[in-house]
Amino acid sequence: MSSSSSLVAMKKVVHQLRFEASINRVKVSQAAADLQQFCIQNATQDPLLTGVSSSTNPFRPQKVCSFL
Amino acid sequence: MGEMEQLRKEAESLKDQITAARKAVQDTTLQEAAAGITVVGRVQLKTRKTLRGHLAKIYAMHWAVDANLCVSASQDGKLIVWDTITTNKVNAIPLKSSWVMTCAYAPSGNLVACGGLDNMCSIYNLKGKDGNVKVMRELAAHTGYLSCCRFLSDSEIITSSGDCTCVLWDIETGTQKTVFAGHQGDCMSLAVSPDFKFFISGACDFTAKLWDIREGVCRQTFGGHESDINAIGFFPNGNAVITGSDDATCKLYDLRADQELITYQDSSIMCGVTSLAPSLSGRLILAGYDDFNVNIWDSLKSERVGVLAGHDNRVSCIGVSADGMACCTGSWDSFLKIWN
Repeated sequence: MSSSSSLVAMKKVVHQLRFEASINRVKVSQAAADLQQFCIQNATQDPLLTGVSSSTNPFRPQKVCSFL
Repeated sequence: MGEMEQLRKEAESLKDQITAARKAVQDTTLQEAAAGITVVGRVQLKTRKTLRGHLAKIYAMHWAVDANLCVSASQDGKLIVWDTITTNKVNAIPLKSSWVMTCAYAPSGNLVACGGLDNMCSIYNLKGKDGNVKVMRELAAHTGYLSCCRFLSDSEIITSSGDCTCVLWDIETGTQKTVFAGHQGDCMSLAVSPDFKFFISGACDFTAKLWDIREGVCRQTFGGHESDINAIGFFPNGNAVITGSDDATCKLYDLRADQELITYQDSSIMCGVTSLAPSLSGRLILAGYDDFNVNIWDSLKSERVGVLAGHDNRVSCIGVSADGMACCTGSWDSFLKIWN
């Protein structure tokens, strides 16, 4: 690699790092609280978490009722 | 000469700045913050369906947004669209190249895509006029294998490649709209944010990057893994990213705090993570491993709360359906299983 192209590449790296360094960061306590709140608020709507009863489970074969 | 050295110094100084800025907002840890909540009870999912039909290793699967359809890709050279409730094959699409590594279902349900060692992303129209499924477009420009692809719509798709780049394509014209360069290693996986504004990529340079789709730039880079990142996904609220790596761990990175919040690991797990998917609420993370199992993690407490054992070979792909009702695993044993 020629020295001028590695210089260009390095300038890009520095430019990118400057960009990434400049973002605003939220406190971890806030971020963690929001994650927890999302999980808790949506817990009852999460079938894999709450379990699916066989009567409402589309993947469970329905037992056939026959009228005798 | 002098300028290069100066730039290197500036790069190191900026990296230190980022580390310091991350530390400055680290007023607690997720472990501490979640100390008050109890671990989720044991999660025991059962295999409800086994999808049989592929004749070789399954490398990828993706759920459709609507209905209980999913698409799977196998190195038997076929893409199969399944009705997961009836286990019927809705479409069995023969591929030009059998070396497929990824597949995707468009949100509309009209298209599917796949690609692999042919370095191309092939788009198939499932709703063609005469009922035949044909190649609609072949997106060729990558100089390395296609590791992952995800549709934004019927007209745009994002791909990740072994050539270290990700690309946003215009499907209609078959051209590259944006090239996302920056990774220093093969890009292995990508995921699109719930609002479709961002996507994340995991690569063999051990980092995950967050990209602004419209601006075409990388906004954040997350390190910490000690090996290739094979799998990546968004936490359902779009504010965090989950990664799975060959270093046998999964990590959760918060986008707004710009740092890793937690690692999902266990001393008894020594093999790589191949795939992962969060449950609808994000509380559970289902991760597929090289040891043929899927481990279910409590995302907030970082404890293993379940195992899905049922495959006879590596679990290569996993996905949770759009309504969260079921999880689908695909394996090198050629079967897909539906669990809930």
